[in-house]
Amino acid sequence: MNIVENFDLFAPRLVDKKEYFTSGHRSCQGCGEALAVRLMCKALGEDVVISCATGCMEIVSSMYPATAWEVPWIHVAFENAAAVGAGVEAGLKALRRKGRIPDRYIKSVAMAGDGGTADIGLQALSGAMERGHDMLFVCFDNEAYMNTGMQRSSQTPFGASATTSPAGKVSYGQKTWKKNVPEIMVAHNIPYVATACPSYPLDFMRKVEKAKNIKGPTYIHCLSVCPTGWRSASNTTIKVGRLAVETGIFPLYEVENGKYRITVDMPEPLRPVEDYLKLQGRFRHLKSVEIEMMQERVDLEHRKLMNKVNNLQSWEELEEEGAILEVWESVLAGSEGYIE
Amino acid sequence: MAKRVGMEVGIAAAEAVGLCNIDVAAVYPITPQSHIAEHLSNIVADGRINAEFITVESEHSSISSLCGASATGARTYTATSSQGLMFMHELLPIVSAMRLPIVMGIANRAVSGPLSIWNDHSDIMPQRDSGWITMFAENGQEVVDMTIQSFKIAEHKDVMLPASVNIDGFQLTHMVEPIEFPTQKEVNKFLPDRKPFATLHPDKPITMGAFAMPDRFAEVMKAKDVAIVNSKKIILEVWKEWEKQFGRSYNPVETYKAKDADVLLVTMGSMGETAEIAIDELQKKGVSVGLVKIRLWRPFPTEELKAAVKGAKVLAVTDRAVSFGGVSGPVGMEVKSLFYHEKDRPLITNYIMGLGGRDVTVEDFIKMAEKAVEAEKKGITEEYEFYGVRG
Repeated sequence: MNIVENFDLFAPRLVDKKEYFTSGHRSCQGCGEALAVRLMCKALGEDVVISCATGCMEIVSSMYPATAWEVPWIHVAFENAAAVGAGVEAGLKALRRKGRIPDRYIKSVAMAGDGGTADIGLQALSGAMERGHDMLFVCFDNEAYMNTGMQRSSQTPFGASATTSPAGKVSYGQKTWKKNVPEIMVAHNIPYVATACPSYPLDFMRKVEKAKNIKGPTYIHCLSVCPTGWRSASNTTIKVGRLAVETGIFPLYEVENGKYRITVDMPEPLRPVEDYLKLQGRFRHLKSVEIEMMQERVDLEHRKLMNKVNNLQSWEELEEEGAILEVWESVLAGSEGYIE
Repeated sequence: MAKRVGMEVGIAAAEAVGLCNIDVAAVYPITPQSHIAEHLSNIVADGRINAEFITVESEHSSISSLCGASATGARTYTATSSQGLMFMHELLPIVSAMRLPIVMGIANRAVSGPLSIWNDHSDIMPQRDSGWITMFAENGQEVVDMTIQSFKIAEHKDVMLPASVNIDGFQLTHMVEPIEFPTQKEVNKFLPDRKPFATLHPDKPITMGAFAMPDRFAEVMKAKDVAIVNSKKIILEVWKEWEKQFGRSYNPVETYKAKDADVLLVTMGSMGETAEIAIDELQKKGVSVGLVKIRLWRPFPTEELKAAVKGAKVLAVTDRAVSFGGVSGPVGMEVKSLFYHEKDRPLITNYIMGLGGRDVTVEDFIKMAEKAVEAEKKGITEEYEFYGVRG
C-alpha cells in the first residue's frame, strides 16, 4: 500500500492534528495498542464518550490524579465495557430526548483488550450487540493478558509461548487457535464488522469513521503489536503488524451488511508465516513441524475468508433476490438512533 | 388524604419508581424474580414514563450499564435479589467509589446453596461493606415511600452514593397491601430532576474510574466512609421533609412499646410487624418486653440505637443471615460491638432465624423473648443460636 509509505505527505491533510489520547501516558516503548488508541481517537473526534475495560490502556492512561484522555472517559471493571457503553448510550439518548443535555449526537464507544472482549467480556459484548445499541466496540487485541503478565487468552495464537501456556520440554506453547471474534460479531447480524491494525493507520481510521457514522452496533477488531509480550524489538512494531497482514495471519477486511471485503491487499502468494514468527521471541521455540502446521492452518483460514469474500452477497442484495432478513431489520428497528 | 389502594408490594415498588421520572432502568430477570422489573417495563411500554429500559443479559451488566448511564447524569434504577445481587457484587463498591447515585430495590432472598428462592437476608449481608446506603422496609407503604426518598437522598450533593431499599422477598414483595400513593405533582415537588455534580459529556471532558496507587487509595476509602457516615444527616433531613409533605414519619430506628422494657427484641425488615403482636401478647401477660426495629442498616444508626435501648437489660437481636464461623449473625455482631464501650451495657442474645423462607410466627417471637428473659437470670451461655433449627 503506497498510501502508507506516503503517510508523511498525506497525514497533515488526512488526520486530525488534535490529540485526544495525549502523550505522557505510561505505555511501553513501541506499544502498538497505544498507537492504535491514539489513531482511533483522532478518527472519532470530540463528540464521543469512551467506556474502557480494565487492562493495559486503562492502567497506562488513568493513574489518578493524571489522565491522558481529552475526551470523556469512564472505566468501571474488566468484563463490562460493552455494558457500560450501552448504559452511556441509553443515558445520553434519554437525557437528549428530555432536553436535559444539548441536542447533539454523541457516539458511545467501548474499548477492551482481547481478554475483556473475547474471554471475560464476551457475554456483555454479545448482549450489547444483540440489543442493538448505537455504539462502537473496539477490541485492541495484543493476543494475551499483557497487563497482568502475558497469560494466554483465547486470542493467543497457536504455538505462542505465554506465561500460562509456556513452551517447555513437552509443550510447544499455546495449543489452540484464535477464537474468531469478528465472525461471532457477524453472527449477531450487526451492520459493520472490521479487522484493523495500526500498521495501516489510514485503513484503521477509515474503518473507525465508518463505524462511527453507522447508527447501530458496530465492531472493530484491531491487532495491537505488543513488544513486551511478543518479545519483539520495540522499533519493529509497525513492521510486525504489516507482516501479520502480509502473511495472511491477520487479514484486514470489513463486513458491511454481511458483505465481506478485503481492505488491504495481501501479496500473492502470501508471505511465509515464518517471516512473521522469526521477529518474535514468543515463537522462537517452534520447530519446523509446528511452523508447517501453522502455515497449513493460515492457508486454510485464508481460503475460508476468500471464499466468503468472493461468494457472499450483502444482505441487501439477498433481499432483492427474495430472501427474508427480518432479523437484520429488527435489529436496526430496535435502535432508535438508526431511525433518527 | 390520598386514596388507599390494594396492591402487590413488588408492583407498588415499580409504581413508585414510575413516579420518580427516571431516565434509565436496566434489569435482568434472574431467578428468583419479583414483579418489580416486569411491571416497570409495562410502565415504560405504556409511555407513562420517558425512560430507556435496557433488558440486559445479566445482573452484572444491569449494574454496569447503570454505571454508564448514571455517569452521563441520568437518574437510574434497577431491582434484583439473591443470586443476581451476588453476581453484581463486584460492581457495588465501584458504584459507591464513583459516587453514582443508583437506586436499587432488593427483594431479599436466600443465597444458594442449596438453591432456595425464599426470603432471608443472606443476599444483602455480603454487600454490607460495599458503601451503599442500605435501608429495610417493613411494609408496602414503606417500600413506596423509601423508594422515592432514596433518589433524593442518593442524589443529594452532600451524599452522592448509591442506595438500596430492601424488601423481604415473598413475605413482602408478593403480599397485597393497602398503599397510599402520592400524586405525580406531589412527587415532582419533593423530587426535582437530578442535578449531577459531574457528567460524561464532550462539552466538559472528564475521566471517571481512574486507578489509584497506594499513596491515594486509602484516602479514597476514607472519603467514601466519611461520605456515608455524613449521609445520615441528609437522610434525616429528607425524612423530615417527607413527614412534612406526606405526614408519615421515618426514623433510623423505630421502637414499639419499648419504653422502660427490660427485654427488647431487635428486628430488621418485615418481621417487625409479627414481633409487634408478640410484644402485645407478652405485655398483656405482664412481661417487661418491647421491640426495636432497625430501618437504616448503612450508615448504621449508632446514636439512635443506643438511645432506643437505653435502660434495657437484655437485647434479643434477630438475624436472618449467617456469618459462618463468626462471633454472631451480622446484626448481632454489629449490636454487640456497638455496646462494648458502654458502662451499663445490656446482655445481648442473638437468634438466627427465618432462613430460606422458614416461617417465624408470633409464637416464635414469644419464645425468643422468654429465652431472653431467662438469659437475664442465667447469663449468656452461647454467642448465638439457630432458633428452631433441627440437628
